[in-house]
Amino acid sequence: MEKKELTCICCPKGCMITVMTDGKNIGEVKGYTCQRGRAYAEKEVLSPARILTSTVRVRGGVRPLTSVKTKTEIPKDRIRACMQEINGIVAEAPVGIGDVLLEDVAQTGVPIVATKAVQAL
Amino acid sequence: MTIEAYTIVVIGGGPAGLAAAIAARKAGIRDILILERDRELGGILNQCIHNGFGLHTFKEELTGPEYAGRFVAQAGELEIACELNTMVMEISRERVVTAMNREKGMFRIRAGAVILAMGCRERARGALNIPGYRPAGIFSAGTAQRLVNMEGYLPGRKAVILGSGDIGLIMARRMALEGAEVKAVAELMPYCGGLKRNIVQCLEDYGIPLKLCHTVVDIQGRERLEGVTLAQVDDKGKPIPGTEETYPCDTLLLSVGLIPENELSLDMGVELDEATSGPVVDESLETNIPGVFACGNVLHVHDLVDYVSEEAGRAGTNAAGFVKGRPGKDGRQQIPLIAGQGVRYTVPQRICVERMEPHLKVRFRVGAVVRDSYVSVYLNEKCIMHRKKTVMAPGEMEEVVLSRSVLETDPDLKSIAIKIEKE
Amino acid sequence: MEQGGFLLLWMGQGRINIMYDICIIGAGVTGCAIARELSRYEADICVLERCEDVCCGTSKANSAIIHAGFDAQEGSLMARLNVEGSRRMDRLAQELDFPFRRNGSLVVCLHEEERPALQALYERGVRNGVEGLRILSREEALEKEPNLQSTVTGALYAPTGGIVCPFLMTVALAENACMNGVKFRFDTKVLALEKADGFYRLETDRGILESRYVVNAAGVYADVFHNMVSRHPIHITPRKGEYFLLDRRAGGHVSHTVFMLPGSMGKGVLVSPTVHGNLIIGPTAVDTDDKEGTNTTRTGMDILAVQAGLTVRDIPFRQVITSFSGLRAHEDSHDFIIGEPGDAEGFVDAAGIESPGLTSAPAIGSMVAELLQKRMDLQEKRGFTAWRKGILHPLDLPEKERSALIRENPAYGSIVCRCESVTEGEILDAIHRPVGARSLDGIKRRTRAGMGRCQSGFCAPRIMELLQRELSMSLEEITKSGGSSRIVTGRFKESTEENAGDSGKENTEKRTEEKTLERFEKKRREGEA
Repeated sequence: MEKKELTCICCPKGCMITVMTDGKNIGEVKGYTCQRGRAYAEKEVLSPARILTSTVRVRGGVRPLTSVKTKTEIPKDRIRACMQEINGIVAEAPVGIGDVLLEDVAQTGVPIVATKAVQAL
Repeated sequence: MTIEAYTIVVIGGGPAGLAAAIAARKAGIRDILILERDRELGGILNQCIHNGFGLHTFKEELTGPEYAGRFVAQAGELEIACELNTMVMEISRERVVTAMNREKGMFRIRAGAVILAMGCRERARGALNIPGYRPAGIFSAGTAQRLVNMEGYLPGRKAVILGSGDIGLIMARRMALEGAEVKAVAELMPYCGGLKRNIVQCLEDYGIPLKLCHTVVDIQGRERLEGVTLAQVDDKGKPIPGTEETYPCDTLLLSVGLIPENELSLDMGVELDEATSGPVVDESLETNIPGVFACGNVLHVHDLVDYVSEEAGRAGTNAAGFVKGRPGKDGRQQIPLIAGQGVRYTVPQRICVERMEPHLKVRFRVGAVVRDSYVSVYLNEKCIMHRKKTVMAPGEMEEVVLSRSVLETDPDLKSIAIKIEKE
Repeated sequence: MEQGGFLLLWMGQGRINIMYDICIIGAGVTGCAIARELSRYEADICVLERCEDVCCGTSKANSAIIHAGFDAQEGSLMARLNVEGSRRMDRLAQELDFPFRRNGSLVVCLHEEERPALQALYERGVRNGVEGLRILSREEALEKEPNLQSTVTGALYAPTGGIVCPFLMTVALAENACMNGVKFRFDTKVLALEKADGFYRLETDRGILESRYVVNAAGVYADVFHNMVSRHPIHITPRKGEYFLLDRRAGGHVSHTVFMLPGSMGKGVLVSPTVHGNLIIGPTAVDTDDKEGTNTTRTGMDILAVQAGLTVRDIPFRQVITSFSGLRAHEDSHDFIIGEPGDAEGFVDAAGIESPGLTSAPAIGSMVAELLQKRMDLQEKRGFTAWRKGILHPLDLPEKERSALIRENPAYGSIVCRCESVTEGEILDAIHRPVGARSLDGIKRRTRAGMGRCQSGFCAPRIMELLQRELSMSLEEITKSGGSSRIVTGRFKESTEENAGDSGKENTEKRTEEKTLERFEKKRREGEA
């Protein structure tokens, strides 16, 4: 098993947690001071995931851009791939909050949704 | 010049102004006007496209525009009036607001109550006295954020960020995601100014080094920025000779503090607190001028917008109370709330016990990172609260709740103090 | 303005030599004052400036003071032109509508043993012709200026001392010269200067120009041009002066310009209000060999804090909004050098113009203009106008007029810079008037947008939008101060080839530069038509 060290982000305390792992299973976990912290550490080691936010170009809108997010978390190592696809999207105005601009970003199964409304010109 | 009349006028249509107006409306005030200088409501949230907003308010994680969107929609449903692209030029002590825009020119509004919600601005390079040249490529982090997230332009390709405030950290990630190389984030203090979560998800995820106890000591490049020199600082914040390191870069982002925008408040005679740079307020968030309330970042700089909304809601409700004839503070005793040892400031700064709600949330910040310490509350010399906290940092706002019933037990109450104690 | 036409002619049809009657090198306050005075006469005049705007060198970074005239050595050109310049300032400010105020100055004496030096200064001032000088007692000095250090023992009071906006003064001179037919070529650097048969050949980075007469108003570079044509070299040392500018809230800390007793390196550190209500502190005085060394230094800032505190107490240094540094053109002889060198006919120096250069500028302008008038037998121009109106600032108007103005032109109802309350209308005016602004700094110097406490954090993106719209530029082309001082490096989320490789980028940059010039040329033609 390999030892991984990380900073807990659950509260301002910022505990230094060490996790023993073989990549699939969790061994000993040390340094956490609450159960939230332990859960975070396990997930962060086995399957780190993030919400990705960015912007997308809008054609025919009062503003040149809308902001977007991945509807749910995506695997951390897919961020770059997702960014590339996001940068290729052009949305047509009007755009509403929650509009799906891409069904499945970079084969993650997660849609890209608009987070800002942009009216048509 | 036309003079209109509104029961409540809210200065600023960002998260604070929106929440205040909505709360005042819900408290039964019909005619409320929001004056906003930008072309849309929502304030700075419109450019904060990252997630992490709303966990307290909506129990879900939203992006800035989504969070703002919910309040804007609500304000719309409640038919709260607003004037966009409108700059407030002056507010008189008699609560006459002078404003200006393209359509109406100069106009005046007589207000039953005024809620100050102008937010804050970023500290600029000049205030830091960083030596060197003055080329293009030096931005406050928020200006860069606007360029990137609202206009779609990248300010540069190689960046160094000074200051580890949350906007700086968020912009480090944002620039990295859009293909810029972020060389380092330098922080003068021995601790990070931003949230832990942002250190991990904005810097560590992208391999961006955080250099604590470092500052910029030189800026190179006569036209466009060509490089900055960082140096380590001693415990007084003075650069240590011999530790200089030069980073070639075309962009320097500054995330070195926010300053409440109280120019209007100062001009109208609102008393300011030196520690917060915001108005001194009482338990109802009323300033020294009757009928003038303050909330959000113009009152003190917050780290979470959820707290802004909550605080602004109280200001809105209290402003509604004021115009409906709730007893004023004239002649009533105001007990000073003292930021004691280890505490940088408290909001509010004074309390009228007779007028306070059964429970009052007092927000404060500590002056330095402290571990395993106690938050203590003293009525005169008597300790009424002594609560252990494993860690407290200047970057994270703290709170205590005071009960009216407890304060009433002491008829000779002269002061309330919050202190940080080791034991 | 003859912006791009010259380049296109030159590039498109091989070398075309444009012959001017007079070329002025340098569009600082000296060059612009000379241009303005020369524009009274019939002559084909061109001002050459290596930067993108007027007022980009020493003229933009100085104390903004109109000196009374007691400092300069009796009998020197400096002494004469200082007093004369100061005398002319009221009329000039009226004609050209730039902010100027005689707030009076105080030279503070802190030690009894310095009394003879103060007395000597007084006597020199009287001999130089400075009016109204008076030595004040400690009490009188403190009454005039309550924030003086209580250790003050007396002061020299000069009621004619004043403050001015050096940007607006230079811009006003340039605009007026332009209105009267003087051409301005910006982004044009003179590389070589050569005497030919009855004229000078000026090789610039934008082609070759010819001119019968050349005026050298090149500031810290004046020695370079002088030495190209004369065998009697002059030598200019850039003398660095660093400054602090404080918030308007600190502007009332003193009401007079407060000097310390002068020393060998100049007049020492002063503390003064500015015409716009800020407080200015500076300069330091350090000789350098770098003519571009306008960086500020830690040492300089430390010196300012200590020295300013010697004369004025409780300066609120927390309210510093910016610091900057300028270079004075100090010539070894420590006097202005004005006129033709013996061995370079048709070449007129206005060199070594250090303090009190700003004050002296109107007098220098007249002196050079008169010299050339005689030399070239220039005829007065019919239709010369001495008057120019500045950019209208609606907040200076009474409310009624302001409302009427906004009704007529709604752009005056839209505030772009919140700190200085600058409206869109003012910014549009700054862009479109003669010798208009083309960069953020150009806008800032003309309107004060971006000059306030937030230092353009709020208004920069908004002004960029206006420049983009009004000059049909792309946002990437907009600069802080010309040259390579671009604000943004590119749009993202566009087709990927735009970001392909550095060489591609350079080509794009070149192309956009050419495009810009074409547009300026088009604009100019439209303007003429």
